[in-house]
Parts: sequence; C-alpha cells; structure tokens
Amino acid sequence: MFQDIRLRTLIALAVCLVGLYFLIPSIVPNLPDSLKNLFMKRKIQLGLDLQGGMHLIMEVDSQKAMESTMERFANNLKESLMARKIKFRNVERTGDSLVSLDLSATETRSEFEKILSEQYPDLEVKSSEVVEGRERVVLKVKDKRVDELRRAALEQSVETIRNRVDQFGVTEPEIVPQGDNRILIQLPGIKDPKRAVNLIGKTALLEFKLLDEENSLEQAMRGNIPTGDILARGVRLDERTGQRTELYYLLKEKTLLTGQNLEYAQVKISDRFGEPYVAIKFDAQGAKDFDRITSENVGRRLAIVLDGVVHSAPVIKERISGGEAQITGTFTTEEARDLAIVLRAGALPAPVKVLEQRTVGPSLGQDSIDKGIMATLIGFLLVVVFMVVYYRLSGLVANVAVLLNIILILGTMAAFQATLTLPGIAGIILVIGMAVDANVLIFERTREELRTGKTPRAAIDAGYDKAFLTILDSNVTTLLAAMFLFQFGTGPVKGFAVTLSVGIVASMFTAIFVTRIIFDYFAWKRKIKTISI
Amino acid sequence: MEWIKPNINFDFVGKIKIAFSVSLAAILVSILSLIIHGGPNYGIDFAGGTLVQVKFQKGTDADKVRSSLAAIGMGDSVLQEFGARENNEYLIRTAESSDDLKGLSERIEESLSSAFGKGSFEVRRVEVVGPKVGRELAEKGILAMVLAWIAMLAYISWRFEFRYAVGGILALVHDIIITVGVFSVLNKEFTLVIVAALLTIIGYSINDTIVVYDRIRENVRKYPKQALAETINSSINQTLSRTILTSFTVVLVLIALLFFGGAVIFDFSFALLIGVIVGTYSSIFIASPIVLAWERARPAKKRKK
Repeated sequence: MFQDIRLRTLIALAVCLVGLYFLIPSIVPNLPDSLKNLFMKRKIQLGLDLQGGMHLIMEVDSQKAMESTMERFANNLKESLMARKIKFRNVERTGDSLVSLDLSATETRSEFEKILSEQYPDLEVKSSEVVEGRERVVLKVKDKRVDELRRAALEQSVETIRNRVDQFGVTEPEIVPQGDNRILIQLPGIKDPKRAVNLIGKTALLEFKLLDEENSLEQAMRGNIPTGDILARGVRLDERTGQRTELYYLLKEKTLLTGQNLEYAQVKISDRFGEPYVAIKFDAQGAKDFDRITSENVGRRLAIVLDGVVHSAPVIKERISGGEAQITGTFTTEEARDLAIVLRAGALPAPVKVLEQRTVGPSLGQDSIDKGIMATLIGFLLVVVFMVVYYRLSGLVANVAVLLNIILILGTMAAFQATLTLPGIAGIILVIGMAVDANVLIFERTREELRTGKTPRAAIDAGYDKAFLTILDSNVTTLLAAMFLFQFGTGPVKGFAVTLSVGIVASMFTAIFVTRIIFDYFAWKRKIKTISI
Repeated sequence: MEWIKPNINFDFVGKIKIAFSVSLAAILVSILSLIIHGGPNYGIDFAGGTLVQVKFQKGTDADKVRSSLAAIGMGDSVLQEFGARENNEYLIRTAESSDDLKGLSERIEESLSSAFGKGSFEVRRVEVVGPKVGRELAEKGILAMVLAWIAMLAYISWRFEFRYAVGGILALVHDIIITVGVFSVLNKEFTLVIVAALLTIIGYSINDTIVVYDRIRENVRKYPKQALAETINSSINQTLSRTILTSFTVVLVLIALLFFGGAVIFDFSFALLIGVIVGTYSSIFIASPIVLAWERARPAKKRKK
C-alpha cells in the first residue's frame, strides 16, 4: 500500500509536526505574543495531584430535599385553596413524602381535584376517606415524577454551589452532578480547604422566627417543649476572652421569612465597635413581609436563624420599612464575608454531606512534577542506552520511535485537553518500557529470518509482517485492560489509563510504521548488505 | 548483543510440575497471609478514614508526634515515616472519618500546632473518605477486574481457542493473587492506585502470554503432526528472547520510577514491578502449560488447521 518511501516519510513528518504543534503551548510556558496566535490555546491540564487543590464528593440528602419539596407543596396548596374559597383544615406534610388535608365539605372534592390537576401536575391522590362529614385526603408525588424532583434538587444544588465557588474566586473549578444524588467538585489551587468546605457545605437556610417569651426556656431545656415551639442553639462570643459559648433559645416553630427573598447581602464593618456584620436587603416581596412582621411584633424578639443556629435575636424596636436588616453576631471578617457569599448565592435545597475529600498542597504537587520528570528522563535514558547496546543501529531507530511516541502522547493529550496526573506520568514511563516491545518483537523476528540466510530486505519484510499480528493481538488485550481501568478510576487513576491507552496506540504507529520507513530506506535505496541489529 | 542464544532449547514443559508446585506454594502463602492479616491491609480509599501527610521543617521525633495525637484521643492512629528520613515527612492515618468528615484533619492540625508551634510544619495532603464511598470503590474495583478478565477471555477465545483463553486468565489470576499476597506479607497498604496497578498488570501479563500463544498458533499450523507438548516448548523457547528483553526494559523503567518517582508513587511502582516479574514468569510457566494440561485431560478431537 505504501510503497513510496517519500509518501510515507511525509505522513510520518506530518503526524510528528501535528503532535508538536499541539504540544508546544503546553511545554513552552512563555511564548512571545507574536507566536502565541499561531498556536491553539489548548494545553495539557494538570491534575489536582500535580497542581495542588481539592477534590470533593458531596451527597445531597435527597430525603430532606423531598421533605422540603412537600413542605412547599403544602404551603402553596393552602394558598390555592384559599384563592378558590374551598374550606379546608390541617394541610400538612406527613412523613417525608406525603401531604394530607381535610376538606370541610365532601362536595368540594371535585373542585379540589380540578385545582390539583391544573396547578399540581406532580401530585396525585393516594387515599381519601370520609370522617364525620369531612373528607381526609392524602396526596403523594406521582411515581414517575419522584426522580425528576430529585434530579431538580441535585441540579439546583450544583447551581448554587457553582455560584458560591465563583464568588469565592477559584479559577477553573469543576462542579458536576454524579449519579443520583452526588456532586463532584474539583477546586484547583485552593489554599484554605477548611474554609472552602465550610462555604460549599453550608445549607445556608436563613430563617426569621419569633422568640417564645411566654413559656419558660428552663422548662423547655428539661424536655417540656410547648407545642408549636422549637429549641434552638445559639453561639455567643465573649468580647474579652474571645471564647465562644453555647446558649439556647426557645423559638416559635413557624418561619416568618426566609433567605429566599433576599436581594443582596454584604459585609460591613460596624462604626461603633469595628466588628464585621452582614447587611442584607430584601426584595420587594420580602420587604413587604418584613415591614408587616416588624410592625406586628414591636417589642418582641426576632431570631435570625441560619441552618438551625440562632445568630442573634434582637428586639424589634420599631417597624422596619425599606427591607434592610443586619445580621450581627459572632464572626470574624472572613466568616462574615463567607456568610455574605452563601446568602447571595442562595440556600441549598437540602443539606449536603462530604463523602470524600482529598486535598493536595501546592508544594507536594510541584514535588511530584519534579520527581515525575526526573524519573521519566532516567527511565528514558536507561531504555535508550540499552536498546543501542543490544541492537546497535537498529536500536537507535527504535529510540527514534520512542521519542516520537512521547511527543504523540503529550500532543494528543494537549489536543484533547486531557488531564495529566502523577500516575499519568507513571503511565508515560511505563509506555516507554512497553513501546520498545513492538520493536523488540520485530527485531527478534528479523534476526530469526536473517539466520535462515535471507537477504536484509527479505528479512526485514518477513520480520515486520510476522510480528504485526502478534503486536496487534497483544496490544488489543492491554488496551482492553486500560479501558476498564478508565471506567473504574477516579481522577489520578483515570489519568493513568489515558496515558497508557494513548501510548499503546501511538506505539503501534511509531514502532511499526515509522521505523519501517527507515529500514526500507536503507534496504531499498542504500541496498545495504548487512543490518546492524 | 544476544543474551538468549538462538538455538536454545530449554525443557520448560518438562518443568511443569516444579513450576506448578512453586506457584501453588506462592499462592498458598499469599492466601495464608491474607487470612492471618484478615484480608488486605486496606487503605482509607477502601476502609474509609482520614489520612494527613505532614512535613516538618526540622527533624522531629516520631514519639512526640504520637503523643500529641494521643492528647486529642487519637493515639490509635497509625503514624508512618513517609519517604526518606531526612524529608521529615509523616503520614498520619486513622480509621475514623468523623461524620461530617471535616473535623478530624483540623483537630490533628491544631494539636500539632500547639505541640510544635504554628508554621513549623506543613500539611501537604489530606484525604478523607467516608465508609460508604470506600465500600463502593472496592466493589467498583473488583467489578472492573472481573470484567477485564471476561473481556480478555472473550477476545482470546475469538482470536485463539477457548482453552488458551482459560490458560491466559488463570495465569492472570495467579499474578494478581501473588501480587496482592506480596503486599499482604509486607503489610503494605492496599489503596486505589494499587488496584490500578493490578489492572495494568493484567494488561501487561496477558500481552506477554499472547506473544507466546501467537507463536504456538503459528507452529501448530507449520507442524501439524508435532506433539503439542513439543510445539509449546519450542514456541516458548523461540519467544524467550523477546519475553526476557521486553520485561527487562519494563523493569528498567519501573526501577527508575521506584527510585526517582518519589514516595507518593512508590507503592504503585512497587506493585507494578512485582506484577511484571510474576507476569513474565507466568507467561512462560503457567499460561501455556495449562493449555497442555487441558489437552492431556481432554484431548481436542480436531486440531484447528
């Protein structure tokens, strides 16, 4: 097929140049501007284990997400029923995925069903029974919609976390949903992992609740919590010692207002004490509600609760119009800034939990790069020297193939913007050792043929032809293994599978196609009588 | 240069019994060690837990680190020197992964700060894996390995014959058990990258085996009348030079990786090295002899032409 040596040389050169073309932006860090435009922006990405950073897997509590979805349905349902003037009682979430209510008159049932089908396509009647002239209806989410709602909660979580990370200022973060209820987060170059985890993992559900000042907190602490109340934890910072102490509040369970109605949140420094606080402003609806809540409750204490923890519980001195408020409390400037970020980005639809966290410091990453390059160079030198010692000039030809192979691996990775990890570097080193295998097979075969008295040209032909099938079969199986490795692996291991696979494929090209050109050139054009093999 | 003389005719097939006994013994030792140790020494990737890598600025007594850990109730965590001694690096490993997964590494950091002073050390790596994820990773790893075996069984059956595939796969299982066994005997940690190394060994060892099979296939066609034992033996001999040379170059690069690649990648390189050596041995002494043993037990009615 490729009888013409010149054509084959052109193909080999072209492949080599394309490889170099993609590779150059990755290995020459500071290209002059005039040259920069000639190349693509694509580069080999460094994995978190090489550049330092944090890898997180978070799990969204789907049960909690379902509960809050049902809570929302129950609240909306109340309003819809009131709007249609249907009399009802006791709309509430029961269990984690049901809503139950009593219709005061059975005649309204058909109209209720109409509202349901028009406004709540996700819900259906699970059961209903008539008790003392009232109809008790239990609603559930349609089976086929359950997954969609779960999916929506996951996507909303991803979106919210992305918002937070963007505001936190991380370059090139990767935040993607994984499976049913997980989120994979990769944050390169993070310096303060603790802070990042806090920022990402906070549910950031901001609630305003009234303090119950009629019932006794002491009684409640002993376990007698009045119905409709909850006991909440708070934190107080001692100004002089800087110690944080815990204290408890008895709150009305009903949430008057949530962070959903926020327009913005900002860190400010108080004039009097120089302490940081977060200034918030409600949107139009929130401002209206806040106005009403404050005017109705002058003199009472309003607790500002974040994720179930009371931050402060100031006394409402007067009606507050305009929708502005402050969250003061016990935080450092940094904490205040992070709080503002999570409030701006919004709350997560459900709490998230860290399942896996891996952090590599930048110095360790740099160490790994240095050592990886060192090991690659030494491994390369050992193999190159060995090949020349063992196969003489033919070994030199094989070495050209190995060098080209490395260029092709890295060039391909740059072209696809693949990620290079520490095991990935190990993969390249391994490929250097394995790539010569194809040439070893060919050379051994050629030597065998030479021993039977064939001419160099015939021996080379036979050597390549007979070795080809062996190389193909053996490499396919190695590729199969690499494929499963890729499927199985996370991060660093995936990087290993990538370099290994690319290397094996590239070695088929370099060791068979490229070396053959050189041998054919000497056998055909120079008509050599002996091979240095 | 020529290490293996072209006319070599070593009686590999005649050494089947010795080879099988040696392998059987190695497998038994491996399994015994695994039983004694209660399975592989799972790292936090599989068992769940917390790992903190700390680098101190100056030489630090391990006992002092240990006592500062004991002070926060973490005396049962494993403390291990990491890399060369002059690096002053330690790995702190604990099976715990507190429920919210973030508290533990911070507590370790705080306690070290108060014992050695802030800034006298650097936390270079923190890994926290919840038990749930660990179990899943273990399942995924085993699944990947079994699927890789099945895929190879199918490919070799297609390209060669089923009994060759069985020989090849049994050789792989042999390699994996012994590599895992070596790790168990040395009480080395079994982590995610070790599973990656095992999968690579599978790929490498089968590669080696196929080269021998390929020659057997060729010779069977060339000399259909020859006894299979003889054909197998001459095929192993004919490919011996290549088998040794390729393994040698791979061992060369792995040694470079082992000595210069740094502590993070050490165990990975070590597993590969063991696997490549065992894999080379099994390609010669296990894979093809199994085909022969099969032939002796149930002779093929018609040899493929």
